[in-house]
Amino acid sequence: MGRFAARRIAQGLLVVLGVTIVVFVVTRLVGDPVDVLLPLEATAEQRAEFEHRLGFDRPIPVQFVDYLEDLARLDFGESFWQHRPVMEIVLEHLPRTFTLVIPAMLLMVVLAVPLGVLAALRPGGFLDRVTVVLSLIGLSIPQFWLGLLLILVFAVELKLLPPLGGGSPKHMVLPVLTLALPAVGRLAMIVRSSMIEELNQQYVKMALAKGIPYARVVGVHALRNAAIPALTLSGWEFIRALAGYSVIVEFVFQWPGVGFLAMQSIERQDLFLLQGIVFVVAVMVVVVNVIVDILYKAIDPRIKLA
Amino acid sequence: MRTQERVRARRRRELLGGRPYEMLRALRSALDELWGDKVGLFGLLVVVGLVLVAVLAPVLAPHDPTAGALGDRLRPPAWAEGGSARFLLGTDEQGRDILSRIIYGTRVTLLVGGSVVLLAGTFGTLAGLVAGYKGGRWDSVIMRIVDTQVAFPGLLLALVILAVVQPSVTSVIAVLALNGWMVYARMTRGVVLSVKEMPYVDAAEIVGCRPRRVVLRHILPNLASPLLTLAVLEFARIILAEAALSFLGLGIQPPQASWGLMVSQGKNYLFSAWWLVTFPGLAIALTVLGVNLLASWLRVAADPQEREKRFAAATSQRATQGTV
Amino acid sequence: MSVARTDGRVPPGGRLLEVEDLHVKFFTRRGVAHAVRGVSFRIDAGETLGLVGESGSGKSVTALALMGLIRLPGRITAGDVRWKGRSLLGPGGERLLAGIRGREIAIVFQDPMTSLNPLFTVGFQIGEVLRHHLGIGRDQARRRAIELLEMVGIAFPEQRAQQYPHEFSGGMRQRMLIAMALACEPELLIADEPTTALDVTIQAQILELLAELQRRLGIAVLLISHDLGVVAQVCHRIAVMYAGHIVETGAAEEVFSRPGHPYTEGLLRSTPRLDRVESRLQGIDGSPPDLIHPPPGCPFHPRCRLADERCPAEMPPLEDHDGREVACWHAFGRRVGEEAGAGTSHG
Repeated sequence: MGRFAARRIAQGLLVVLGVTIVVFVVTRLVGDPVDVLLPLEATAEQRAEFEHRLGFDRPIPVQFVDYLEDLARLDFGESFWQHRPVMEIVLEHLPRTFTLVIPAMLLMVVLAVPLGVLAALRPGGFLDRVTVVLSLIGLSIPQFWLGLLLILVFAVELKLLPPLGGGSPKHMVLPVLTLALPAVGRLAMIVRSSMIEELNQQYVKMALAKGIPYARVVGVHALRNAAIPALTLSGWEFIRALAGYSVIVEFVFQWPGVGFLAMQSIERQDLFLLQGIVFVVAVMVVVVNVIVDILYKAIDPRIKLA
Repeated sequence: MRTQERVRARRRRELLGGRPYEMLRALRSALDELWGDKVGLFGLLVVVGLVLVAVLAPVLAPHDPTAGALGDRLRPPAWAEGGSARFLLGTDEQGRDILSRIIYGTRVTLLVGGSVVLLAGTFGTLAGLVAGYKGGRWDSVIMRIVDTQVAFPGLLLALVILAVVQPSVTSVIAVLALNGWMVYARMTRGVVLSVKEMPYVDAAEIVGCRPRRVVLRHILPNLASPLLTLAVLEFARIILAEAALSFLGLGIQPPQASWGLMVSQGKNYLFSAWWLVTFPGLAIALTVLGVNLLASWLRVAADPQEREKRFAAATSQRATQGTV
Repeated sequence: MSVARTDGRVPPGGRLLEVEDLHVKFFTRRGVAHAVRGVSFRIDAGETLGLVGESGSGKSVTALALMGLIRLPGRITAGDVRWKGRSLLGPGGERLLAGIRGREIAIVFQDPMTSLNPLFTVGFQIGEVLRHHLGIGRDQARRRAIELLEMVGIAFPEQRAQQYPHEFSGGMRQRMLIAMALACEPELLIADEPTTALDVTIQAQILELLAELQRRLGIAVLLISHDLGVVAQVCHRIAVMYAGHIVETGAAEEVFSRPGHPYTEGLLRSTPRLDRVESRLQGIDGSPPDLIHPPPGCPFHPRCRLADERCPAEMPPLEDHDGREVACWHAFGRRVGEEAGAGTSHG
């Protein structure tokens, strides 16, 4: 177990390192950070002073080492925009993103798994075809459009829910739905196809031959095996929701989470804040991956931890 | 009746023989399959339609997508009050015709989708081939890179990169390709590894076939159909990704027409001019749906076992209804 | 949740299973495959019947049909299966089967590698059938599972019960599947090609195990195999299947020493023997028939050296020749209708 943990931590560090290197390269080398950060009218002296203050006039390798050192201390400097430590701002916004992502993922599982299982019980049947159609539609709809449509229908036409912003559970409903529905489509398809495959396996025939009732064979024997690919996909969905779709959804609904913060910092060209956000999100992604791996091991005894 | 047809077809094949006829027959049976499966047909029609519309855009579009008269701004679709037949789907905030912009938007969609799939697919497949076939060090290193990059927060990084590097068609394609090659590498490597296990590859190597020949004749045919299916699926995903980037303002830039960009420009008028957001979004959804359906049909058509299962499923329906 | 046994145990010699004119069809894309055509046989308590035939002869399908495990695209289209006198295919049959499967009739399948769920321990899977049918608690089930593992010759059963299927070899898994089958003390054990997927040395062990268990527990066994050698070791009686029909039945020794059907004869001739040195193995010419478009009349006639014009015209019925049943117009190498040394003739 120790070896496994050490390996996974090493892998995780590699990922985070990789991400931060990319960000560094992109921000320092490809663009000129000073151009990005300073207003256009700045004089040459102001530029020089600025560069020196922030260390942008030093050779790149030196900057990189400094950057890594700062990283290790989790010091991302101060946000240009809000004049507060970057970490503080990011950690303030992070829980709000989880407030959307976690219920969305729960909703995804609660809807997709029963749908997928029921569809698999009678492939080609009515419920199966409906499930497949709905799932395909769900996963083909662009998330931002879905959000806008939901706002149009529920907030404007029906005036049931508030369109934008955060603050109350009512505000959560539409963003969570927007995050969840395409994921439901994708997960339901995977659950359905895994279940169909498992139900064709020999161990299912054997369990039925033992006299085990069909419901138990489906729900205990087959479902557990089908859970493995479903778990893989659920992990991906969580990560994509956290590190990608949250940006879109929070942007559409103006929900003050990390994704919205990222868009704002892009708009305001706040490099340091962006770096901080990317770092924190990368770490979250690594953590989720590790948790998924642990869950794998809990389900599948064939997996060797090494 | 069908048996007679098959017997006749078989005799024809025996007479003509040869590779071209085999391929024709394969194509013919694929077409038959497609017709039988209307859903797959819809998918193919969508893709073909996309290409046709993109190519024929100047002919099909009633107006210039970038030109709009302010006097015509925010006209509703033709069937609504205040709409006119001149602008079938209405106009945007600059008076430009929505329908024309959607038509021209197919070009962007096709260009970005196709380029990314080509770039990422080629690079990823090569990487997977090398990793799978050479194994050892190569495999370790390549797969390590793949695993690491897969764990990157893709969209977020794309945003950061595009924010710094000015967004344009080229940069969007580059970023999406950089983010998308890993899945091809993994799949290809998987296929190569499983084919390598097969005795006939061993036999080929023992006989003295050079690695390149082994790859070309034995591995690639097995790779063709899963790769095609994957490419189509990725195409769908890239369409959505480009739309999202354009929506966020970091993708295609105005005055070019991208569907995602149109939705973004339209969202400020969501409450007053719903058509600005609805039609471009519908275009995206229908296109992606069609492409996904095509991918789904490809997967079934390429794998004979899947076809049998499909048939069994359909028969089970008829059997339980007592018509068999 | 246990279901009561149907009518209690049947005494030795009593009629356990009766299959009458069973037909099973598979509806595939290429056509309708008539896999089992009018199969009839019986099994009495404590006796062993061997069902022999090549791949595609319908023997496995018959076994699945007995237990009501035929799934689409296959269907039982005619006939009856009676267990202790009660019909399993008629109304109420499914309810009966629910209590019978795993409890009064148990089955061991061909491939031990895939018959066990990889995610649960062996002890759990054996205990599951005990808990379902006998309603006993988890601890008691675990203890009984360990006993069963010991009975089939697994060493260190307490540890083994906690392990997962992938940690065992094919032979050990097959033993475990046998243990699982015998858990509720069934009266009939169906073994479908139990040794085909195993090495020859392990085959012998498994067969010995089956024979010993059969003697000790007095269970009836339906042993299905394409291998005559396997069947010879364990079975009292034999039924030979070809293309969905039963073409011969009789006591094992008699069938082996004096086969009545040309197919049986061919099978015997093509089996390598240790006690006789032969220069060449003799196969049976031709190949098994297409079940979707079978030959008319007797399905074996294209490959039969005795075939004449009657054979493609009419399917010979299974006729009794003094305790031996043969479905052939030329049973025992003679034309039906001639005087035969050991059998009665039919017109």
